[in-house]
Amino acid sequence: MNINIKAATATLLATATFLMAQPAIAEVYAQNPNLGNTPMEGTATFEAFGGKEGLVKIMDDFMIGLVADPRTKPFFDNNKQTFIKAMLVEQMCELMNGGCKYPGRDMKASHANMKVNREGFNALVEQFQFAMDKHNVPFSAQNKLLAKLAPMYREIETTTGDAVAPVFPKTE
Amino acid sequence: MKTIQKQAQALLCNSLLASAVAALFATSALADELNYSNKLLLTGGVSQVEGAAGGGLTPWAVIGGYGTNNEVGGSAHYTYVKTGDYKLDTYGFTIGLFDRVEFSVAEQSFDLGKLRNKVTAGLGADVFGRNQLTQTIVGLKVRVAGEAILDADTWMPQIAVGLQYKDNDETDFIKSAVIGAKSDHGTDVYVSATKLLLAQNLLLNGTLRLTKANQFGLLGFGGDKHDSYQPMLELSAAYLLRKDLAIGAEYRMKPDNLRSPANDLLFGGANVVDLKEDDAFDVFIAYAPTKNISLTAAYVNLGNIATVKAVGADYGNQEGVYLSAQIGF
Repeated sequence: MNINIKAATATLLATATFLMAQPAIAEVYAQNPNLGNTPMEGTATFEAFGGKEGLVKIMDDFMIGLVADPRTKPFFDNNKQTFIKAMLVEQMCELMNGGCKYPGRDMKASHANMKVNREGFNALVEQFQFAMDKHNVPFSAQNKLLAKLAPMYREIETTTGDAVAPVFPKTE
Repeated sequence: MKTIQKQAQALLCNSLLASAVAALFATSALADELNYSNKLLLTGGVSQVEGAAGGGLTPWAVIGGYGTNNEVGGSAHYTYVKTGDYKLDTYGFTIGLFDRVEFSVAEQSFDLGKLRNKVTAGLGADVFGRNQLTQTIVGLKVRVAGEAILDADTWMPQIAVGLQYKDNDETDFIKSAVIGAKSDHGTDVYVSATKLLLAQNLLLNGTLRLTKANQFGLLGFGGDKHDSYQPMLELSAAYLLRKDLAIGAEYRMKPDNLRSPANDLLFGGANVVDLKEDDAFDVFIAYAPTKNISLTAAYVNLGNIATVKAVGADYGNQEGVYLSAQIGF
């Protein structure tokens, strides 16, 4: 065994620093602080979703599922549905490099008036999978998008206890 | 005395299993459906052969059952392994607490009746005195870091540490001159790292286990070749075809501790009773039609277990089928 201990240690340290620094997150903020993740390269996934037109149809069915599911109903059974769907289309479109610009708030701000737990987060993933299945998005393309969305649990989930539905300020 | 103890043990395990299954159904039927089974499909793994959540042969860092960090989950399983000349039945249950702690109990019964018949006919004496070797395995696993499924933007895997306490019931036989195990009980300690590469539909696991167990503990612990803990590497890869369907392969290193004392005592040092232990591997398909049911089928190769060519028991390479069913919430 003739291992260069010094070089090995340096490599290990460099790897650890790389992992801890999470450069992906830094890039996100350089790109679009509100998007939640870096967009994909290429447009193959965007095309597998049927482009923006396909996304709009998927979001329509997604919202129907979210309102029907008792786990997600409290978060979506309100008068913000049209706005939320439009925001989701822009966000997904930009993440899939479809040439859009998500104009919404970051994930923390957009979920500040509610408490989301893992049950709610996973329930939403399941309803999204149903909607993508219904529109024949290939499983592999679904997972490419889900890989961009899943890490957002870190901003969206704010409790490991009971979920709390959003509270909207009264508007005249 | 030993027989009574064995019967009591089996009875206890059976009643434990029965009450666990009953409790499982009672809770999932009565409880508010919102507070159960909110982990994503198949992300709790299946029950591996020693009862922990994982693949078929290997524990993974995932916590068994469909409970999230806010829920309790659980499952019961039955696994049937049939190789050319042996058979293994395993049943047990797993409880997952808040996606953090996993507790499991499994009862294994290994059938070597075919070898017993050959040896009895060849020697004119029944040196085995039994068709089955049974053991109980109690497992504990704790997730210590990471989130295997959702942390899709980092390389950081989910990491868990675990132990499996194994108590073999056949003390007299496994410590006899035929096998020569040094102990009838032992504790495996392991660390597992599991990562779902979601964009690639690929799940990878690596487990490092410290063990003295011979053939998972079914032939006792330690032997004339080795009687100390050795590190064993276990690797799994699974490819997701659909959210309810995965295929994969596993490789599990096993120690090679045994050298039958009978070879020196009776056969002048010739390796007549060959207990050389090989590594194991499998190729599997796992299907979860709902969160309450998962089914696993595999080709499994356990290598050599016990070969006694002199009496016609040339059982070299034990390959066969692995079938497992799991119910849970």
